[in-house]
Amino acid sequence: MKRLLSIELQKLWQNRASRILILTYFILLSSIALISSINFKFIGVDFRLADMGIYNFPFIWHFNTYMAAMLKFFLAIIIVSMMANEYSNGTLKQNLIDGLNKKEFIMSKFLTVVLFALISTVYIFILTLILGYSFSSYNETEIVFMDLEYIFAYFLKLTAFFSFCLFLGILVKRSAFALGFLFVWFIFECILIYMVRIPKMIYDLLPLEAMYRLISQPFTRFKLYQNIESQVSGATEIRDYEVHLSTIITVSVWIVIFMLISYKILKKRDL
Amino acid sequence: METILKIENLYKNYGAVKAVKNVSLEIKKGNVYGILGPNGSGKSTTLGIVLNVVNKTSGDYSWFGGSMETHEALKKVGAIIERPNFYPYMTAEQNLKLVCKIKGTSYSKIEEKLKIVGLYDRKDSKFRTFSLGMKQRLAIASALLNDPEILILDEPTNGLDPQGIRQIRDIINLIASEGTTILLASHLLDEVEKVCSHVLILRKGEILYSGEVGGMNSQDGFFELISDDLSELKIALEQNPSIEKITEENGKLTAFANTNLEASELNRYLASKNIYLKHLVKRKHSLEEQFLELTKNQ
Repeated sequence: MKRLLSIELQKLWQNRASRILILTYFILLSSIALISSINFKFIGVDFRLADMGIYNFPFIWHFNTYMAAMLKFFLAIIIVSMMANEYSNGTLKQNLIDGLNKKEFIMSKFLTVVLFALISTVYIFILTLILGYSFSSYNETEIVFMDLEYIFAYFLKLTAFFSFCLFLGILVKRSAFALGFLFVWFIFECILIYMVRIPKMIYDLLPLEAMYRLISQPFTRFKLYQNIESQVSGATEIRDYEVHLSTIITVSVWIVIFMLISYKILKKRDL
Repeated sequence: METILKIENLYKNYGAVKAVKNVSLEIKKGNVYGILGPNGSGKSTTLGIVLNVVNKTSGDYSWFGGSMETHEALKKVGAIIERPNFYPYMTAEQNLKLVCKIKGTSYSKIEEKLKIVGLYDRKDSKFRTFSLGMKQRLAIASALLNDPEILILDEPTNGLDPQGIRQIRDIINLIASEGTTILLASHLLDEVEKVCSHVLILRKGEILYSGEVGGMNSQDGFFELISDDLSELKIALEQNPSIEKITEENGKLTAFANTNLEASELNRYLASKNIYLKHLVKRKHSLEEQFLELTKNQ
């Protein structure tokens, strides 16, 4: 396992473009902290977002993981191209000739993807703790470590999304087309859900939708929003923000499916 | 002698196209094999199959007597196919380190192998800055990293300039002289003739000839003859039972013997017929002529 990771990390790290992209990604992740300093004037009153309760434990776990997950598209570029480049450089062929088998090849990519997800998760965990302790109104340990399932959901969401990217990279062989395919797939799911209106039971199973549902949007959970809503409509709608076991299972199954199909494609293809 | 690779009744179809048809061969340790064939004859496909990058349609192959799985066996094989494939953004040394990681060998051989191919002073240059000849030499260094049991080279001099071809050929000769088994696929016949002990000729995916280079040559020697009166000479030759076929070309007769006829014997025979020759040469077909002959009619 160490050997496979070391092979893949060398390929990535010695490529200047991907090195810069990876560093940029982590710098952008840190920028979540900058939201705290956002000030704006609303009806003549100064608002500072950090004081509005978005950094309160345990809500901050939900908010930060949701925001951080949006940056995953950035890493998607690297993951798609790390697969596509192997095709265009002919190095996939050479790796196999040198004695890597196809399973090991997929494994080395998958392990790297899991590593990316893991580092992002640990990074967000630490960042959230720091931000929380700095701005949260509650610092009691049991409140701080409530709702940690969002951190796990974040890890799973990234792993699944990156596995999807990896699969597309293998399927399409060209980075730009693979990213295009990702976008087309996203539109396809939107059409199924909002225009064809397939039943919820089925669309919950769609890969991107399931990943999205792992961490539902946190904004309506925000006190300020709920105040406005109750004033406008007279009542607040009750929403479900939980990380559901069924969604976790769906997403995990997709990860397995993506990796298995990737392996099958690679096995069947003549290089 | 130890068998390194055995191929039995290998077939490969790309849709309706039959790229490899019933190819069988056995590679023994210590020999230098050449696979000859025009472009598109199935050389690279055959090599691709045994190197685990192309799926066979049917048939079988086994490495080292079938004692290990293909990808494990490939760690003891050095191979370059068609064009050098490396990561363009890595230096020569970094690329070789990656190959070491894949093969599971130590980095200690990198310096030695780079020196063999004359790239040691360029070890810190990025691969994309290399000329084609240098890329090809780096590929050879990479294939040698694990001191392979067998070195497989597919068109190693393709697209190189004369100096580059010479350099690669010298390297191959050096490696062959150290007793490494080599499998060399090429359409350049003199290349194969110069270094190979055994040859396999493929055409449209089928084996036309398989055996020693020498065995192929002895099959037909022929004579070039000129005398003052060619028609008289021709009649005399036709009467000789050892002569099978006579052709006339550019004022010169070419006579093909069906037995191992010596030039002196032929000369004596003609002198007894009162014919004196201006020109008599006994020649053997070069590999190129035989190859063209073999691949022409079928």
